[in-house]
Amino acid sequence: MSTTKVSKAGVPSALAIGIARGGLEIKQFMRQRESVVFTLAFPIMLLAIFGSVFTNELTDGVTFSQYFVAGMIASGLVNTGFQQLAIMIPVERDFGTLKRLRGTPMPASSYFIGKAIVVFVTMAIQVFLLLIAGVLFFGVNLPSDPAKWLTFIWLIILGSGASTALGIAFSVIPKSGRSASAVVSPVVIILQFFSGVFFVFTDLPAWMQQVAAIFPLKWMTQGMRSVFLPDSFAAREVAGSWESERTFLIILAWFIAGLIISIRTFKWDQQK
Amino acid sequence: MSSVISVRSLKKSYGSTQAVAGIDLDIAQGEIFALLGPNGAGKTTTVEILEGFRTRDSGEVSVLNTDPSVKGVAGRIWRNRIGIVLQSTSDAGDLSVKDTVAHFAKYYSSPRDVTEVVGAVGLEEKSNELIRTLSGGQRRRLDVALGIIGSPELLFLDEPTTGFDPEARRAFWSLIKSLRDSGTTIVLTTHYLDEAEALADRVAVINRGVIVEVSTPALLGGRATSLATVSWLSADGPKSERTDNPTALVKKLTETFQGEIPELTVKRASLEDIYIEMIGGADVHN
Repeated sequence: MSTTKVSKAGVPSALAIGIARGGLEIKQFMRQRESVVFTLAFPIMLLAIFGSVFTNELTDGVTFSQYFVAGMIASGLVNTGFQQLAIMIPVERDFGTLKRLRGTPMPASSYFIGKAIVVFVTMAIQVFLLLIAGVLFFGVNLPSDPAKWLTFIWLIILGSGASTALGIAFSVIPKSGRSASAVVSPVVIILQFFSGVFFVFTDLPAWMQQVAAIFPLKWMTQGMRSVFLPDSFAAREVAGSWESERTFLIILAWFIAGLIISIRTFKWDQQK
Repeated sequence: MSSVISVRSLKKSYGSTQAVAGIDLDIAQGEIFALLGPNGAGKTTTVEILEGFRTRDSGEVSVLNTDPSVKGVAGRIWRNRIGIVLQSTSDAGDLSVKDTVAHFAKYYSSPRDVTEVVGAVGLEEKSNELIRTLSGGQRRRLDVALGIIGSPELLFLDEPTTGFDPEARRAFWSLIKSLRDSGTTIVLTTHYLDEAEALADRVAVINRGVIVEVSTPALLGGRATSLATVSWLSADGPKSERTDNPTALVKKLTETFQGEIPELTVKRASLEDIYIEMIGGADVHN
């Protein structure tokens, strides 16, 4: 408590409270064992299933598992951020947790920062475990080029941020915590199919590719392919290249849009 | 005494229903002020406007010299000075009592000591237990702990003792009185009239969106001067008489019976009797 920085106004700074909230949210998350196991093990289970079903090589040296790992990490971003928050926030609203917070000097920005921290940390652990399992059991090759790791890092950071902002923005749509899962999950599953998580993106019908190109998951997936697949594979992408700059700009645009919508529409209470 | 809360001609409608139809209110620093009223009388709406949860249609509202609709940093500075105990929150409860209180302490510029607050609400033995293991009454006391951790100048309590056993209620009342004695202003909404009587310095009765009366619990509705009912057992069976001068009647009876009056009772209207009369027998819950 004594280390809490006090802002000019005399109340603790939004950032200090946000970091404290992040710590609290991580603690809370870790204590929900079923949810921890599911969140962390589910991507590995999917990798095991798809890796066993599709054993073919897409091109020389690129196994389906290698292609799929990129998709799993990208969809992990959407699951731990967007999906988790768009379902959990309406539940917190129903429980009165948000209304109680509203009655304190804690600003909305601190709440958002806390969510971003828990999403990022969960994502980091999930990716770490997925890559270890991928390398040990499914013959996944890790990139050796530092530039690729740099891309990987900004994709995880920007991707978690965008996914968090969009999850908070979407959380106003479910009418109650009970209906949230039914409203949110189909959106995520359809996006995963359209964005080339489960299939090779260029094998999808053109209209599906075009719809997917509007949403960030397609770009996160493509960005992750640029990390995990050899550069020779870029020729097989829709544009014939990785489009790294465009990927960055589109995810950034979604992040900013999500943030603006969150700030403008966030509801603390189910009633008006 | 300076006014902590000042309300003039407050109005609020939901569609065609007028929930608050012009309320004036002044609450002084350091008093416990209870708001009584049946469900749907406008009590909750009024309090939520004062707490900054709802907007008003018209009227002037000042809480700690601030308009509760204040936003941004000014809103945070204002909320830093108040504490709110809402009706019910049911978190998942994966944190310990102490961790939760210590976390909320970080929201405020000069919080109270965490251990002291946990002790003050009688949860010291549960300090390291997860919230999910607490009983309903214990959870309620945690709510109160979170409401007072920021050492508020003004505390809102909404039905604070629901689910308390009688002993916990008495302990809670003395906690609230001690907060009042240290200068905290307390706005209490309750369905329990005995609670209002035990705690409140003044009570206001709200019905149909307006304030019917503001008074001390002892004087509400002319209670102190209301007729007393004297009952006794006469030779012809039970008798009772309503009188504004019960002492004289008892004296007369003493002479008649030449000693003990059988089954004598002298009853003044209880706060509840007065209250029910005031709200015109509207639905009284709990």
